[in-house]
Amino acid sequence: MHPFAYIAPKTVEEAVAVLNKHGDRARPIAGGTDLLVQARGGRFDLDAVVDIKKIPELESIKNGASGLEFGAAVPCYQLYENKKLAAEYPGIMDAASLIGGIQIQSRAGLGGNLCNATPSGDGIGPLIVHYGTAVIAGPGGRRELAVEKFCTGPGRNALKKGELLVSLKFPKPSATFGAAYERFIPRNEMDIAVAGVAVSVELSADKKTIKKARVALASVAPTPVLAEAAGAALIGKSADDEAAINAAGAAAAKAAKPITDMRGTIEQRKHLVEVLTKRMIRKAVERARS
Amino acid sequence: MELPQRVHVRTTINGQAQEFLVPPYMSLLDTIREIAGLTGTKEGCLDGNCGACTVSIDGRIVDSCLVLGAEVDGKSITTVEGLATAKGLHPLQQAFLEEAALQCGICTPGFLVAAKGLLDNEPDPSEERIRHWLAGNLCRCTGYDKIVRAVQKAATASH
Repeated sequence: MHPFAYIAPKTVEEAVAVLNKHGDRARPIAGGTDLLVQARGGRFDLDAVVDIKKIPELESIKNGASGLEFGAAVPCYQLYENKKLAAEYPGIMDAASLIGGIQIQSRAGLGGNLCNATPSGDGIGPLIVHYGTAVIAGPGGRRELAVEKFCTGPGRNALKKGELLVSLKFPKPSATFGAAYERFIPRNEMDIAVAGVAVSVELSADKKTIKKARVALASVAPTPVLAEAAGAALIGKSADDEAAINAAGAAAAKAAKPITDMRGTIEQRKHLVEVLTKRMIRKAVERARS
Repeated sequence: MELPQRVHVRTTINGQAQEFLVPPYMSLLDTIREIAGLTGTKEGCLDGNCGACTVSIDGRIVDSCLVLGAEVDGKSITTVEGLATAKGLHPLQQAFLEEAALQCGICTPGFLVAAKGLLDNEPDPSEERIRHWLAGNLCRCTGYDKIVRAVQKAATASH
């Protein structure tokens, strides 16, 4: 591993200055559960790691009437142990509680999961179906980007030179909102998704009709996929309409563009996407009604 | 080539204040083993899959191979050496012996620290909860059943 310096700035501005100076020879470290493995594996040579956990904004969780915003360095356990947050943002809770084991969840967070931009990232689909926005700071100031536009390829993201993911923010879900994420893995825990599906629905006031829906897929394309046709197949339909749920499942399978690799084949992955989409729609509806 | 400057770290390990200069790229695992001289914590996979290097930082269990030594300034660390007291073994260590929950022993320090992290917060976990909690620790000898039984026994013993 290339010997790197350790820099722990106290403000976003200092962190951006360091990242801008070093370019791709420096990377932020939050949980380090991907970064240190990749640095050891020789994926990149670093001159510096920038510990972002001393910056209060990157460690804070704000959950109020207008919505949720949490810092890019917040670890998974702080999300799922927060009972109010877990109840209001069930898709985010699902993701935070199934990434890695307990040791990983003590350190790894959804900000890092998003920046790592792996196609199989369990956290990214749930951020998308909760209508997440990435808040990015850079040398030229701040900008915001919808989470579904953040990943640009396997391991590549939309951050430019000197930019840092500061936080993720989400609109407050309505009382008839539900979301869920599940993945298929051959083990019970501690594995990388063969395929994963996140779904959110917003129901009418009488909880019978689907007003809004989003379906996002993991591990079946070079980036996480927002399967818009799958969500659209549910709009205006009864939440118990099996034909609509089947149509959404088929649309999700069509949106999946998987490859065959050691974890699964194209056919298996498309089948899994269809099955998981239907299951997650039912689970999201059930949660929206409870 | 010029090496980056060492980082000054003040920390507490097993209740004892420690102060050292650590190379900025050195893992917490190597810091504990090579600098603090505590070799109970083991290196297994070195990529966060096996849990052999589990220690706790401020009461949260982590894989010490995926933490930098430089990150623990101001934190409190517990390793397997911090479990037993002058009075004797920790109830988990005693239960591991009685239930034969170890064979080669490489995974054992990690399992002990991880299980302590569970029992410190949840004194009476279900079998399912224990298995889920310990999913980040691999053992290639015991088949896990004996380890789970030992954790259940320690939980009962400490009531």
